[in-house]
Amino acid sequence: MQIDISGKSIGQKPVLGRIKLTLAEGEVLALTGPSGIGKTTLARLIAGLEPAKDSNISETGRIGMVFQEPTLLPWRSVIDNICIATGCDAAAARKALDNVELGDRCDAFPLQLSLGQQRRIALARALAARPDTLILDEAFASLDEATAARMRDLTRRILEGAGFRTLLITHNLDDAAELADRVLLLGGSPAQILAEHQVNAPRKALDRSVEIKAIRAKQLGFEPNDKP
Amino acid sequence: MLGFGILWGLASVWLADPDLLPSPSVVAQVFWSELRSGEMTVHMLATLARVVAAFVLAMSVGAVLGVIIGRKPNVDAWVSPWLIIFLNLPALVVIVLCYLWIGLSEVAAITAVAINKIPMIAVMMREGARALDPALDDMTQAFRIPPAARWRHVIVPQLAPHLASAGRAGFALIWKIVLVVEFLGRSNGVGFQIHTYFQLFDVARILAYAFGFIMIMLMVEYMVVQPWERSVSRWRRYAN
Repeated sequence: MQIDISGKSIGQKPVLGRIKLTLAEGEVLALTGPSGIGKTTLARLIAGLEPAKDSNISETGRIGMVFQEPTLLPWRSVIDNICIATGCDAAAARKALDNVELGDRCDAFPLQLSLGQQRRIALARALAARPDTLILDEAFASLDEATAARMRDLTRRILEGAGFRTLLITHNLDDAAELADRVLLLGGSPAQILAEHQVNAPRKALDRSVEIKAIRAKQLGFEPNDKP
Repeated sequence: MLGFGILWGLASVWLADPDLLPSPSVVAQVFWSELRSGEMTVHMLATLARVVAAFVLAMSVGAVLGVIIGRKPNVDAWVSPWLIIFLNLPALVVIVLCYLWIGLSEVAAITAVAINKIPMIAVMMREGARALDPALDDMTQAFRIPPAARWRHVIVPQLAPHLASAGRAGFALIWKIVLVVEFLGRSNGVGFQIHTYFQLFDVARILAYAFGFIMIMLMVEYMVVQPWERSVSRWRRYAN
């Protein structure tokens, strides 16, 4: 999948500059950068939620999206939420819920669940859509440390060996280093891709602290090797 | 209810003028005899039919108009001055003009009631349409939910509380206006009967008809409107 965006303004303010990126089949690409840099705008462009003038986004196929907020329908049960959004049958929805370890909460209503559980339902919904492209927009933000770690683990298991492309939008370098094959750093105003980092043995249980340091260094604009 | 009856009984004893304020028992007797003769049923049904027709007309036109102007600001810019005019037009003026322009007919009567009610329903539904959650809009778009399912499962449930309060407010006002419309230009219905007994200075019968109709409207409120409202907002009990 090829994405070539010539720029995007919101109102008068240019948010994104020229951005070119590719996303291979089965690849997990993390887009990271400080809050408010335009990561979500880029995700919305790719998902077709924003008009993309003068931009070239090759066929994304079916999109499954996990938003910053769970965006569930509070008046429908968990299983209905999945069936309505994706058009899948109850059995497929149940399977998706089993995948996020919430198979026992099919008949609950979203407001009966914690934020972490609602996020997992949103993830199950995106998976039930049998996506060609999965977009996770800050899917672990505003969760407590333990819940975020659990959700990260779950996502790692799901992404391992998944056939679809994944775009992981996050301001958190830990998330990026743990889940992605490749990390793109977004920065500047209007935002551009500043650097790229290929993750070592992606999604393996390794200590990522050195790698995160390397990414952070790229973000700050110098290579760690430059320092004695 | 009981307190009201006692107060009324005391007032009628104190006034001691059965022509001006008959006692509750006299009104109850009149009510019973009117009901047994079948007279009251005929007029109640005529009024009820007008209430239902005007309600359905006003709700459907008002809701559609309200949702359109809530979603399309440029249409709203054109429509809202008209809404303000119609909101401030006295009900009596609309009724009289409808009778003059359309004729003393059923169509004129129901149109007049609906015109009185449509602006308020449209304004309430406009607020509902403006309050639609843009995040859910994004979700339906990202998942490419087809339009029919989108309306049914995403938009209408968000509008339902507004629809319920517009319906309740609309219903309360519509039946009052229907009585005025009947008073001025119909030959049956509760309003017509009140007109007749007004000319005969028969306060007992006026009260009997009024209370009979109020009772029916309360029954509709408690047996239809409130249970429906509860059922559409059932999910809210999980909030917080």
